[in-house]
Amino acid sequence: MILLVSLCFAQNQPKTEKPARNSSQDYSELTRAPEKARVRPNPFENDPNAVIAGQFLFEGHCAECHGTSGVGGKKGPSLRAPEVQDATPGTLFWLLTGGVARKGMPVWSKLPEAQRWQLVRYLKSLRPTNDSNIERP
Amino acid sequence: MPRFPRLFASALFLALFFAFLPRTALSQENPYIVTYDQFLEEPRNLEVEYFSTYGTQRGGNDFHAYWLEFEYGATAWWTTEIYLDAQTTFHDSTVFTVVRWENRFRPLKREHFINPVLYVEYEHVNGADKILKEIEGHDVESDFLPLNAEARKEIKNELELKLILGSNFKGWNVSENFLFVKNLTGEPWEFGYAAGVSRPLALKAAAKRCTLCPQNFVAGVEMYGGLGNTSSFGLNETSQYLAPVVVWNMPSGWTLRASPTFGLNGNSHQFMIRWGIAREISGFGDMVKKVFGGHA
Repeated sequence: MILLVSLCFAQNQPKTEKPARNSSQDYSELTRAPEKARVRPNPFENDPNAVIAGQFLFEGHCAECHGTSGVGGKKGPSLRAPEVQDATPGTLFWLLTGGVARKGMPVWSKLPEAQRWQLVRYLKSLRPTNDSNIERP
Repeated sequence: MPRFPRLFASALFLALFFAFLPRTALSQENPYIVTYDQFLEEPRNLEVEYFSTYGTQRGGNDFHAYWLEFEYGATAWWTTEIYLDAQTTFHDSTVFTVVRWENRFRPLKREHFINPVLYVEYEHVNGADKILKEIEGHDVESDFLPLNAEARKEIKNELELKLILGSNFKGWNVSENFLFVKNLTGEPWEFGYAAGVSRPLALKAAAKRCTLCPQNFVAGVEMYGGLGNTSSFGLNETSQYLAPVVVWNMPSGWTLRASPTFGLNGNSHQFMIRWGIAREISGFGDMVKKVFGGHA
């Protein structure tokens, strides 16, 4: 019973939303996207509803690791970093689809393709954070 | 209360406790009840699931079998799971039947057109098991006729291997499972299969928070059955099932599945109704770490 109560307290502790640069902040996988994937355009590029839909998807599937505002956490890197914000929509879609299993990023092809593009649209709508604002260990 | 039902009741209490923890994640599950797809649990998330099967029995008593699953994403490429199974046979009794420990591994780094997952399971099962989670070898309806008191005396320790193949194409998921089961007391290898196809009712997410949006529902069909054993491979003297399936992935984190199941030959139960409810708890591994003084 003590264990159960402890679990309740543990999961209720507030989480920090500070940007953090640590071992999980590795963007090297983005550079491995093949050319064919990199140049794919986002079919929702001009759909304003895609940002809102993407935000709901982000909150449900991504915020746990990347933080509710995408600034990153101990488990997932900041999605406002220049490496992500400068990446093409096709590159982000490619990474989202295949994941980076060895580094803890799951495969998200379980989401239909349209929803993955909506997520990418939302990610690209985030305000970029300069690298200098990110804490270093 | 006999020992095994009490154990199951305790596990059910635990499951309910976990299920009502508020930190939940939105699930995006496929609707299959028997077939596995290529997707693993997200790292450090725990999914608590309860499933129920009501089955008809010719020449005997109908039954209600149920099981609890605790599914944990150890890493992005490894999911580990504990099962506790029990069943109630009407006009007979309630018995605890199985403990299973299963592990699924995703060997390839990235997504491909066909994605393999390797599955290894150890199970300690007695002869009264009726959950029909896997159909293998020459499993037939008449195996379920003995009374629970008699059936539970038969104890088996089994190793079960599966090759899971899954593909996603234009919103459709197609999954195939090839099953190999070995009773560790020396009986021959038994074989089985399961296959499923499914699709969300809408591929695009709505730009509003909604519980009943079509994107939250995934519908499909699955088929599964035995394929004999090493000495008599094939469909002869096996049971086969076809089941429409549907899942409702609720934004609150709950997942509800339902499946009417139809036996396809004279060796199969004529009809079963299956349903299940699940709740995903995100960051469970980190909560446990915090409790034991680690840094999440």
